Amino acid sequence: MAKVHVTTTVNGDEYEFLCEPQQTLVDVLRNELELTGTKEGCSTGDCGACSVTLDGRLVCSCLVLAVECEGKEINTIEGMAQGEQLHPLQRNFLEINGLQCGICTPGILVAAKSLLEKNPDPTETEIRYWLAGNLCRCTGYDKIIRSVQAAAAEMRKG
Amino acid sequence: MATILEESGFNPEKELKIVGTNPVKHDGLDKVTGRANFGADFFLPGMLYGKVLRSPHAHANIKSIDTSKAEALPGVKAVITRDDLPDIPAGTPGGDMTRNALAREKALYDGHPVAAVAATSEAIAKRALKLIEVDYEVLPHVIDPREAMQPGAPILHDYMRTNGDPDAPDEPTNVTEKMVVETGDVGSGFDAADEVIEMEFDSKPMHQGYIEPQGCVANYSEDGQIDLWCCTQAPFVYRDRLSGMLKVDAAKINVQQSELGGGFGGKTGFYAEPLAIVLSKKASRPVKIVLTRNEVFRGTGPVSGTWSRIKMGCTKDGRITAAEAELVFQSGPYTGSMYFNAPNAMFTRYDLENIHVTAFEVVSNRPKVNSFRAPCVPQIVFGVEGVIDLLAKKIGMDPIDFRLKNAAKEGHTTIYGDTWGPIGFIETLEAAKTCDHYTSPKGDGVGRGIAAGFWFNRGGETSATLQLAPDGTVTIAIGTADVAGSRISIAMMAAEELQIPVDKVRVHMADTNSLGFNRVTAGSRTTYSVGMVVVDSSRQVIKELCRRAAGIWDVPEDGVVFEEGEIRPASSNVGDFEPMSISDICKKTTMSHGPICARSDMNVTGAGPGFGLHISDVKVDEGTGRVDVLRYTVVEDAGKAIHPQQVEGQYQGGAVQGIGWALNEEYVYGEDGRLQNAGFLDYRMPVASDVPMIDTVIVEVPNPKHPFGLRGVGEVPVTPTMACVGNAIGDAIGVRPTSLPMSPPKILEIIEQRDAGK
Amino acid sequence: MRYEAPTSLDAAVSLLAGADGQAKIMAGGTDVLVLIHSDVIEPELVVDIKNIPEVTQISESGGAYTVGASVPAAVLCEHEGFCSTWPGVIEGLSLIGSTQIQGRATLAGNLCNASPAADSVPAVIAAGAIANIVGPNGNREAAVEEIVTGPGKTSLANGEIIVSFSFPAKPAHSGDCYLRLTPRTEMDIAVVGAGVNLTLDDGGTCTAARVSLGAVAPTPLLVADAAAALVSTKVDDAALDAMGKACSAACNPISDKRGTKEYRIKTAAVMARRAAEKALERAKAN
Repeated sequence: MAKVHVTTTVNGDEYEFLCEPQQTLVDVLRNELELTGTKEGCSTGDCGACSVTLDGRLVCSCLVLAVECEGKEINTIEGMAQGEQLHPLQRNFLEINGLQCGICTPGILVAAKSLLEKNPDPTETEIRYWLAGNLCRCTGYDKIIRSVQAAAAEMRKG
Repeated sequence: MATILEESGFNPEKELKIVGTNPVKHDGLDKVTGRANFGADFFLPGMLYGKVLRSPHAHANIKSIDTSKAEALPGVKAVITRDDLPDIPAGTPGGDMTRNALAREKALYDGHPVAAVAATSEAIAKRALKLIEVDYEVLPHVIDPREAMQPGAPILHDYMRTNGDPDAPDEPTNVTEKMVVETGDVGSGFDAADEVIEMEFDSKPMHQGYIEPQGCVANYSEDGQIDLWCCTQAPFVYRDRLSGMLKVDAAKINVQQSELGGGFGGKTGFYAEPLAIVLSKKASRPVKIVLTRNEVFRGTGPVSGTWSRIKMGCTKDGRITAAEAELVFQSGPYTGSMYFNAPNAMFTRYDLENIHVTAFEVVSNRPKVNSFRAPCVPQIVFGVEGVIDLLAKKIGMDPIDFRLKNAAKEGHTTIYGDTWGPIGFIETLEAAKTCDHYTSPKGDGVGRGIAAGFWFNRGGETSATLQLAPDGTVTIAIGTADVAGSRISIAMMAAEELQIPVDKVRVHMADTNSLGFNRVTAGSRTTYSVGMVVVDSSRQVIKELCRRAAGIWDVPEDGVVFEEGEIRPASSNVGDFEPMSISDICKKTTMSHGPICARSDMNVTGAGPGFGLHISDVKVDEGTGRVDVLRYTVVEDAGKAIHPQQVEGQYQGGAVQGIGWALNEEYVYGEDGRLQNAGFLDYRMPVASDVPMIDTVIVEVPNPKHPFGLRGVGEVPVTPTMACVGNAIGDAIGVRPTSLPMSPPKILEIIEQRDAGK
Repeated sequence: MRYEAPTSLDAAVSLLAGADGQAKIMAGGTDVLVLIHSDVIEPELVVDIKNIPEVTQISESGGAYTVGASVPAAVLCEHEGFCSTWPGVIEGLSLIGSTQIQGRATLAGNLCNASPAADSVPAVIAAGAIANIVGPNGNREAAVEEIVTGPGKTSLANGEIIVSFSFPAKPAHSGDCYLRLTPRTEMDIAVVGAGVNLTLDDGGTCTAARVSLGAVAPTPLLVADAAAALVSTKVDDAALDAMGKACSAACNPISDKRGTKEYRIKTAAVMARRAAEKALERAKAN
């Protein structure tokens, strides 16, 4: 099984790697590119812990082949903060304690960021349905939703 | 001088500056940036990837295992089977443990590990598994615990006899244990009752559902030193059990806990870790094993399914006169379900004179169960609080008033022999009665239910160290795993004692080399126990700081006090000295007199029980049986909420786990004994759109045994949840469901039977 | 496993037709990759069609839409024109999995995976859509209800690819709706799915109807009797009742981890009725 050479952009940086055709993007991100912020909870697209954006579209990286990423732009949790400057979502999750164990947090932040880019003023129901693909077992979702609401309000103020 | 266990120093009047506030968690930044390292995030140079071969049969003799073709595959560096682990006699705790890690004579569940491989890539390891040939002799299997108790059921272990049942015949059985707990005389209790209700309940097995699959890296060096990085709630327990199982000195095993992506009791026992270690030994290279979600469901430690019969009687003015129960628990193929919690906890929040509970633990062909929050209790309280609710309805009494009438108070002696100090059950019930949810009108077509919960809460063996750096900042090493962010609460308690900003304190989870034995993170013990030893350590360093100041000022030790964050002369009689800060003394004396550190190692006692009252509003779609939870409130006594946001988070998370268990979560087995829903698609945990905001009311009735009065809060929130939702559904449709989960087809069937009965 | 990403239909067809072992078409990959990674299938070749222009376009002419087979659900759900014309199809698409899944999942993939419970299929069948197919033996058209022949099986021959779906122009006073029954609010596979599309005349009488059920038989069903129960009626209680009974009668479900036979038969009628009521409301508003 010959490996395939792929060139792609992750969080604005160009990366080159070799991978097998059946390797998933989450596998390559974590094990080849050492970007372990993206987590793998189920490998079947049912938990959202591996959420990234691919050319701006929110997807599960466990259901994307690494070879598909040739020439594409991927954004992961590692690209969310700008140096020391946290994204308002990250800051509000910290203030409101929208995380406990933290394993689902990267996926939820990436998903929430994607939501607010599309819909800056979502209702509680819209947030819940958008995040329905991101499982959390610790928080019961309450403080997660409140953190997203607070970040959205802050971002609307500009 | 009294120890902290004898005299906690709890002072309800004390003005607290840090405890009770909500500083940002110190571990939070790494978690929101993706930098935090969980079990699968560790890499060592030269690392191999391990994969586990698992039995596809629920019950089978393993006649032979041929690994030769796998060993010959290029890239494969080690293959292990039962021959690579020390033999420990079957039917002993060590024997059970080694067999659960890697099967020996028999495969006892679909998913039971049979062999493991380490290779240079995951893909090669996967291919190697397919080359291992196992000769299975498939046997009949049994999964339902009551079926497993019947004569003629397939027997899992010929050696098994029932502990605790002197009348049981001396022949192989699947019943591992029988337990009877009683007080008073239920016979006369029922005679004195005006109303008696007896019902049967059942619950299917379920799983803790942590989002992080188990992941570990093991490194076995040639001198016998083992380093293990893994996600665990119990690093010291892992170390000591691995020591016993692999016959290696405990001092040669170092377990470093990673960040934990959820455990809830399910990561208190190891699964792939011993396999990674033995593979590493054989391959002479580090080995990483990360379980797939399918393996997590089939091969880790889920939760007992149960059957129960509960009978309770009360007078017409609401006094419970008798409570009787018969309980059956599944434990998987080996004993260890903690089923004994149920008889001890199920009625314990009430002051009852006459109780009789008979409980059985039964083996069956499914994975060995592990703890969940409040192990073996919520699924039984599902029945108890249902019967209580129906009794209250029968006599026309408000359900909270009924609980108040029977509530245990300070001074109550429990059925397991503890006598309680101050407790907050009544306060919790009263807070629930007046809370917004309970006092607001129900809404059309809405069913409302309440249920009460309780947990013992624990102390236990705890060891921690506290160090002052020369600049006066504080590091604390703890060994009890932080599963939800308790680190910040620990830092807050130290900061409060030392009267410094919480940002000057950093708490780290140390490895097993660094501390004495710490008990597992379970029993809602962490903030309580670690808080205790950290406060103790803080007081020790304060004493040392004062002693050093006395040395600097050349005054007697009792002439120096610690006040408002400063070390000062006790009075002007002692002398006219400028107060010094902690950092002043550290700077001045560390090099000359040595570092200022303290350690505290103790078996922490005095943990106070916790109580909760949940309220839920549901709507039932009578066309389909679907249930929507519209509103949910958790009222619970925390003793003292060190970090209120954290406490709220525990209440909310526990409630939603219970909602999932109540409505949809269950293990579905086929006729062949194989698990059919080993994934998040068909193992249905609540998603964000399934639940409303979870309102919380933190009641604070302090436990004076703890310096800050706190009580554990992690487990109480799950105990009444399924009962609460069940009572709400009962209110909505007029019939109280008795089988968990209360999934749509079951609810529709109840509705149809109800309508047919009309 | 070999991965190819051709940029033309001809190239894709030759690759598929010329494959030695099993060859799989990959659009969004949300079904195919799950099957590959759980070792259910081990294809020798995966042909990714996303780089072929014809399969990723949406076009409209005279009210009739042509939707490329590989348009992600999320993209189609953002298309204002299609959303206002076929809200039922959009309902089906937006119920597939999660936001992340919809970022990749496609109509063609959802159809050709051939799960009886596929969420987008009943509404697409109810809409009367046609699949445009290319293959080694040329092009052809097939009604969507003819594609799935059994669980995991389609009527596509080796080497055939669905290029696009053609939706008919919608007459005035038409409305469609898709509803499904799942235990949770999201993420579940449908226990029962019902897609209804109906047209009324100016007086409010139903002149045409298509009723399709999912998850209640080895294939998605087009239930002619259920449609007949609505045609020539004002879609009143009696008509809806009859439609429900026809739906239950058409069911041939199994009992599995998602629902029992009996439960599906009962709730098929309930969901179809509710979908019809919503479709009626939409038809009246057009």
